[in-house]
Amino acid sequence: MSEPYISVKDIHKSFGNAEVLKGISFDIAKGEAVCIIGPSGSGKSTLLRCLNGLATIDRGSIRIGPHNVHEIKTDQERIALRKDVSMVFQQYNLFPHKTALENIMMAPVHVLKQDKAEVEARAHALLKKVRLAGKESHFPGELSGGQQQRVAIARSLAMRPSVMLFDEVTSALDPETVKEVLVTIRELVNDGLTCVLVTHEMGFAREVAEHVYFTDEGVIVEHGKPAALFANPQHARTKAFLDQIL
Amino acid sequence: MRKLYEMSSDLPVLNLAALNRPGTPAGAARFEPSLVHALLLVTCFAASIGIAQAQAASGHPSVLTTLLKWAPLILKGFVFNIAISFLAMAIGTFFGMFLGLAQISLLRPVRKGAWFATHFFRNAPWLVLLFYCMFLLPFKFTLFGTTVPFPDWMKATLGLSLPVMANVSEIVRGAIQSIPTGQWESASSLAFTRRQTLWMIILPQGVKRMLPPWMNVYCILAVGTVLASVVGVQEVMTLTGDALSSENRPELLMPFYSFVLLLFFAYCYPIARWTVAMEKKYAVKI
Repeated sequence: MSEPYISVKDIHKSFGNAEVLKGISFDIAKGEAVCIIGPSGSGKSTLLRCLNGLATIDRGSIRIGPHNVHEIKTDQERIALRKDVSMVFQQYNLFPHKTALENIMMAPVHVLKQDKAEVEARAHALLKKVRLAGKESHFPGELSGGQQQRVAIARSLAMRPSVMLFDEVTSALDPETVKEVLVTIRELVNDGLTCVLVTHEMGFAREVAEHVYFTDEGVIVEHGKPAALFANPQHARTKAFLDQIL
Repeated sequence: MRKLYEMSSDLPVLNLAALNRPGTPAGAARFEPSLVHALLLVTCFAASIGIAQAQAASGHPSVLTTLLKWAPLILKGFVFNIAISFLAMAIGTFFGMFLGLAQISLLRPVRKGAWFATHFFRNAPWLVLLFYCMFLLPFKFTLFGTTVPFPDWMKATLGLSLPVMANVSEIVRGAIQSIPTGQWESASSLAFTRRQTLWMIILPQGVKRMLPPWMNVYCILAVGTVLASVVGVQEVMTLTGDALSSENRPELLMPFYSFVLLLFFAYCYPIARWTVAMEKKYAVKI
């Protein structure tokens, strides 16, 4: 494997007395899509939030491309990181006072200072890509959960990040709309975007991921190719978890 | 079997069905109580004139004629009260915005200082603040060689704007903090700075939530402007007092002060109703 794009080494994180990450390490190559699975409270979301600096780690190191995330001190460095690493949330977190199109255009125009006309053209293309052409002037409150989540994905894509983090993006959706969001994400993976997904959709993880990590109680219990991990888990804890949900 | 909308409950959640009850247009239901309130007050006012007329000694002009004679002066005073309230609200809102933003500053000393100022002025009696301004501020000051007078009414306006500032500060802080943290997180994930997030994402959403409590503060201030009479400003209460003392007829007290009451009611009540309507409109929408 060539030089990994994301390199996480022995990271630790505590909230008060509760240690949520107890030494996690992994490498992700550019263009790779990995899924992190595991029971609730195993530290999956915290891990993802550490990757884009929403949460800081106590010990260890995180490098993403040119950014040494664990050493970030200034707002300037943090903003530089987030231009490269975008995140999509479980609750979409669209800006409710802006239309779908404005939601997508805001960051490229005001953060990246790109030309407004060019950004608008790109925003239209992105809405088409997530199959929401025609919804440009709708406000988030007028869209379904699945549609809002696809606008949120388009909003992140508009920044042209090199890495996308997905934090349980289908957990708040009803089963029918889950599919439309997963289809969108699968296309991104096929396009070769580096993706880190925290998910409870095992079928999706098996299909789309090149590597799957199973976390429990703040450590990576087991990891491997999805086919191997799902069909033949080595660790008793992984077995028990997969038996529960598959 | 009873239909859902015919049932009643103490729980507002269960009464939601009643909102769709056929036969009561929303507008009609909304204006009923305000009409009742207004009629009640006008009746009291008319009764106070009647009673005064009955008590009046013979030989005087009628109570109504006397009131009409003084009404232009009283109205002039009332307009002055409204002017003071506008000015105090503007000053208080301007500084209150800054104070409120300072309350969420990342710098601890700024945050603590703003918190202290806010709670100091919020918890001080208005009249005490008014007295402080009256007696501590000079009646004139010299700027670049020219002497600028600083009349009593201006000092009173400043005094009234202090509690307004503190209340606006709390309104701003509360509205900002009521915006879900997800908004901050998604904004910072899109590489917005804290300042950009505040001005472009948080405050535009917060303004809607600030408006109803801000209008409440204004109503309280508008009726509170009569405090300025205590420190001698020529506003509606002072002028009404002047009129009464020059007439020297005790039976006029009730109708005259009822008239002043009616003026404030006619001014503030629609604002209060509007605020309630706005609160309903903006409720629960996230």
